[in-house]
Amino acid sequence: MATLDLRQQFPILSRMVKGKPLVYFDNAATAQKPQRVIDALTHYYTHYNANIHRGIHTLAEEATAAYEAARHTAQEFIGAAAPEEIIFTRGTTEGINLVAYTWGRQNIGAGDEIIISGMEHHSNIVPWQILCEEKGAILKVIPVNDNGELAMDLYRSLLSNKTKLVSVVHVSNSLGTVNPVKEIIDAAHRAGARVLLDGAQSAVHMDIDVQAINCDFFAFSGHKVYGPTGVGVLYGKKELLESMPVFQGGGEMIKEVTFEKTIYNDLPYKYEAGTPNIADTIALKAALDFISETGKQQIRDHENELLAYATAQLQAIPGLTIIGNAKEKVSLVSFIIKDIHPQDVGVLLDNQGIAVRTGHHCTQPLMARFGIPGTIRASFALYNQKEEIDALVTSLHKTIKMLL
Amino acid sequence: MDIKPIKDIEKDIIEDFGLFDSWEDKYEYIIDMGKKLAVLEDEHKLDENKIKGCQSTVWLVASYEDGRIFFKADSDAVIVKGLISMLIRVLSGHTPAEIIEARLDFIGEIGMMTHLAQTRSNGLLSMIKQMKNYAIAFQAIDNQQIDHK
Repeated sequence: MATLDLRQQFPILSRMVKGKPLVYFDNAATAQKPQRVIDALTHYYTHYNANIHRGIHTLAEEATAAYEAARHTAQEFIGAAAPEEIIFTRGTTEGINLVAYTWGRQNIGAGDEIIISGMEHHSNIVPWQILCEEKGAILKVIPVNDNGELAMDLYRSLLSNKTKLVSVVHVSNSLGTVNPVKEIIDAAHRAGARVLLDGAQSAVHMDIDVQAINCDFFAFSGHKVYGPTGVGVLYGKKELLESMPVFQGGGEMIKEVTFEKTIYNDLPYKYEAGTPNIADTIALKAALDFISETGKQQIRDHENELLAYATAQLQAIPGLTIIGNAKEKVSLVSFIIKDIHPQDVGVLLDNQGIAVRTGHHCTQPLMARFGIPGTIRASFALYNQKEEIDALVTSLHKTIKMLL
Repeated sequence: MDIKPIKDIEKDIIEDFGLFDSWEDKYEYIIDMGKKLAVLEDEHKLDENKIKGCQSTVWLVASYEDGRIFFKADSDAVIVKGLISMLIRVLSGHTPAEIIEARLDFIGEIGMMTHLAQTRSNGLLSMIKQMKNYAIAFQAIDNQQIDHK
């Protein structure tokens, strides 16, 4: 893959931080944006900003067409059967909450069980805790082994006819673990449960085919797939979305309103109350097109090369321990250094122009599982280079020397 | 007991930092101060003394003797500890009124403002607030005692 050509499409990568060239290794938190995504935003506001769907003027028609084109692109991106299975949200968190507040309230009752895993982001824990508390349902957790993989045999033993939902992360944001989702979904379906996949980290790295893996819901965020913040996608199987109650009420989501009764709109508009995030949704299409044109396989090959190189280089640093050694991982390395607090490492790396993430990565139960306050996480994207990993390693040696 | 005014101690720190011309020197100095900070005994590391940041934790205890407040603190992150050590150097041993009025401009002057801005991650800003709250509380106790006399 021509990384240098790709890098040039990301204007932010040429900036300096504290007098040093930026090394951006916080891609799992948010990816940088290629020029065409930035251009899509300014082009929309410069040429055809209008409210969508009901306007009969030219601008409204153009904006509506671009917005709905984004839905088709998102549909293809994850292999959904129909465009109305694509609900635009603010991001993964809103997608999960939407399911909890609609499908969850309708289908979860007292004594029912929801299964999540020990490596969930708080966004895939808290909505279910709220629901369980409200309904008197029970939250069960799939344990994580020392390598940072799900204990699949224990998962199977948690499943029963009480299980109504399994909501798990496809790829762990803290460890990089790729979970065996097909196996998880098939086992859940055999038990009669529905499955939601948190795709926040997987959508950018993995080939997603929601029909092939047969998940019931899939949520991901735009900003982690080189798109803008504030937009995301919730996929749901059509028959499920149709049978679920509405989420937020307002404009867009109605067909007819009288003071006596409101008739709700059809999918997907039923779940898109109010003026949506038109500009960012249109720019999300530019991001998804960018990924598809670059080629997910090519991106993955490059990222896996970076992962293997970084793993080898980092492991050679005395006192450094990698947290998360799953057999299948995305391009992310989480680590701790003996006798050093992750935050101190983050501060000193920042002074050397290197952006990593330190802390619990919104997975406090997982950190507790490993008995650590947090990790230092370097996560790689298609534009990262081996030279940047070399810079990280050099800076880490210097950082450790300063701190010990 | 002759105690240097807060402003003068701040000036000393700013002058110390003026001698450093690289970020390495600056942080090595802070890290060194962090390591030298007097140990906070485990008996003080209680939840009620804990100021929890999103990443690191700060413990702060205060005592009041002859109209002056003395602080002791600790953190699990050494850079935060170094910054704590400077705050203790500046504020500890002063009267409640002096501590309440302290502007602590030195933090910005030595280029460490970013650490305060990270309110969610390190609890440093909450610690300064807590130091001032102690001062307000001790002052209130004094005022009550004066009222009673």
